[in-house]
Amino acid sequence: MNLLEVRGLTTAFMTGRGEVNAIEEVSFSLKEGEILGIVGESGSGKSVTALTVMGLLPQPPARVAAGEVVFNGQNLTRMSDRDMQRIRGPGISMIFQEPMTSLNPVFSIGDQIMETIAAHERLSQADLRKRAIDMLDKVGIPSASKRLDDYPHQMSGGQRQRVMIAMALACNPKLLIADEPTTALDVTIQAQILDLLMDLRDEFGMAIMIITHNMGVIAETADRVLVMYAGRVIEEAPVAQVFDRPLHPYTRGLLECVPSLTEDKPRLVAIPGTLPEPARRPPGCRFAPRCSHALPACSEAIPGLELLEPAHTVACFRAQELAPA
Amino acid sequence: MTTPLVTASGLSKHFEVGGGGFFGLRKAATLKAVDEVSFTINAGETLGLVGESGCGKSTLGRLLLRLIEPTSGTIAFDGNDITRIGRMEMRGYRRSMQIIFQDPYGALNPRMSVEDIIAEPLVIHGAKPGAETRKQVTQMLEKVGLPARALDRFPHEFSGGQRQRIGIARALVLHPRLIVCDEAVSALDVSVQAQIVNLLQDLQREMGLTYLFIAHDLSVVRHISDRVAVMYLGKVVEVADKKTIYAAPLHPYTQALIAAVPAQHPAQRSRGRRQRIAGDIPSALNPPSGCRFHTRCPHVMPVCRERAPELREAAAGHQVACHLTDI
Ligand SMILES: Nc1ncnc2c1ncn2[C@@H]1O[C@H](COP(=O)(O)OP(=O)(O)OP(=O)(O)O)[C@@H](O)[C@H]1O
Ligand SMILES: Nc1ncnc2c1ncn2[C@@H]1O[C@H](COP(=O)(O)OP(=O)(O)O)[C@@H](O)[C@H]1O
Ligand code: SF4
Ligand code: SF4
Ligand SMILES: [Mg+2]
Ligand SMILES: [Mg+2]
Repeated sequence: MNLLEVRGLTTAFMTGRGEVNAIEEVSFSLKEGEILGIVGESGSGKSVTALTVMGLLPQPPARVAAGEVVFNGQNLTRMSDRDMQRIRGPGISMIFQEPMTSLNPVFSIGDQIMETIAAHERLSQADLRKRAIDMLDKVGIPSASKRLDDYPHQMSGGQRQRVMIAMALACNPKLLIADEPTTALDVTIQAQILDLLMDLRDEFGMAIMIITHNMGVIAETADRVLVMYAGRVIEEAPVAQVFDRPLHPYTRGLLECVPSLTEDKPRLVAIPGTLPEPARRPPGCRFAPRCSHALPACSEAIPGLELLEPAHTVACFRAQELAPA
Repeated sequence: MTTPLVTASGLSKHFEVGGGGFFGLRKAATLKAVDEVSFTINAGETLGLVGESGCGKSTLGRLLLRLIEPTSGTIAFDGNDITRIGRMEMRGYRRSMQIIFQDPYGALNPRMSVEDIIAEPLVIHGAKPGAETRKQVTQMLEKVGLPARALDRFPHEFSGGQRQRIGIARALVLHPRLIVCDEAVSALDVSVQAQIVNLLQDLQREMGLTYLFIAHDLSVVRHISDRVAVMYLGKVVEVADKKTIYAAPLHPYTQALIAAVPAQHPAQRSRGRRQRIAGDIPSALNPPSGCRFHTRCPHVMPVCRERAPELREAAAGHQVACHLTDI
């Protein structure tokens, strides 16, 4: 059984211009211990997907217009807020891009970690403290027992992200959603945090959904990859397939426009244009205005995800014909 | 062609900070944001500048343009010392040196039309608003790949990439010689980033520009630069041509930085294979003694804690500041 099943998820927002779909018909699944990478440019719907799964979007303005989220056999989309709160923490936890915005500046980090644990488990103050120190140790904060009484502003960005991870792990979640966990960090710290996430997966066997716009982070961590564009999943495959045999023109473009660390390229292969806002998405294939392979038919209907090769699905009318031999 | 356009010698910028209680710090302290840095930028080249957040890249960029005054040291532009010249004389140099910032949203005045934004530097330097100015602005707009109908529109009507094009047009309208690109493509999505990198390279060729390209993305820096300088806590620790510095870096910090870049293919995953440096970058307010990298360096020796290594030529065109290469 899959740990998480997301089926046909469409989340809409009420805006000044009426209701628009931030994400459309998003489907994917996640097994225990698996790392799923979700990649796409900003505005492609990665965070909305994660927040919908977590049930964290304020409704209104948000509304789950279609689809369902099934976690551990339970349908989260129909769950009450109170039941949902019991899933967050021991079931699913989330960490965000900017740790400072999710940590409370007026409480010590120890208090914040202990509060998270206390919300789900009855433990004595002394045991709570011990668990908090344990967690800080696990995420690699040196002299954890001394740092417990520190406030968020007394820590570096990398340390704050470690504290966030400690909080997210405090209740032994089965699934950790990491939304751009290293985007605000320097590369040496990013490498440490990515190592840490992989170590934790190996140690506890939790599943991780890692959301990023960086193909390098995907290459480093993911088992399987979901590529999103303009609110839709346009390709899904095991990580090696995505890099060796991308089948969607957009995925190919994403890989080609990154400069190399070892080879000289005279010129970068850019994708013309920009990602459309939800209210201004073109009809048919959302990528058509930027796609060098677009045909008139591409703008007439939205291509659905199809299984083209084993474990490899893609949403492009011409994928078969354009696939490399 | 290796005539220096810019020469920085022993350049420092120290900030007096503190006095408040934010870090429990009562006494005012000196923050050495840039500390005795010397290097050159050759005419027509792109010098990449990399290093972790807070190491002094932006401060150094601003010093070169004299947007802030150095605490000590000198800057020569085209062979002339511009460090202590007066405002009027500086005006003449100002038009030759421009800067492009990271944030395409914050850098443009939301109440000005695109035409006024691009024309402003011309007007400041004495041009009269009118047909001639409009022509120059339109030409610039075309050069950066925006249609003439963009002239009467406002920044919020454009995407991030288009706003960055507007920022570039504004920086180039005076036909400067030196451009400091401070994280100019860092906030952009990769597909748009590639468009802007290509544009910057085209404009460099066409207009004979010299770039100081500040960025934290090491693969973008490799792509656009001729030479690369690496900074750590206010010091330049290594400078070399890009091929050398990426293929055979000498400074342990440069090595760590390159090793930390995520793999470009899952078959090259770095976890468990590449050496990681532990710990965080120390506070710039209280940098380590001797070599500032010694608290994180895997090759640290006793001498490193006592004496700061100087930036020395280790091979032709390759400078490094490390006691390992001194021996
Ligand atoms: N006006 C100022 N007053 C006090 N300290 C400053 C000032 N400007 C910069 N600093 C400090 O100088 C150091 C270097 O800052 P700088 O902005 O040059 O770093 P940077 O390398 O550009 O970092 P980033 O990659 O985050 O942009 C930092 O410690 C910073 O806090
Ligand atoms: N609260 C909101 N109200 C209206 N639109 C929103 C809201 N949150 C996100 N969106 C829109 O949904 C789309 C997807 O956003 P998001 O999931 O945050 O993208 P990503 O995380 O991939 O950068 C964007 O176009 C964004 O503007
Ligand atoms: S469906 Fe058509 S426009 Fe869309 S990605 Fe495929 S070829 Fe391009
Ligand atoms: S001088 Fe010493 S501490 Fe500094 S980089 Fe070299 S070996 Fe490391
Ligand atoms: Mg997001
Ligand atoms: Mg900066």
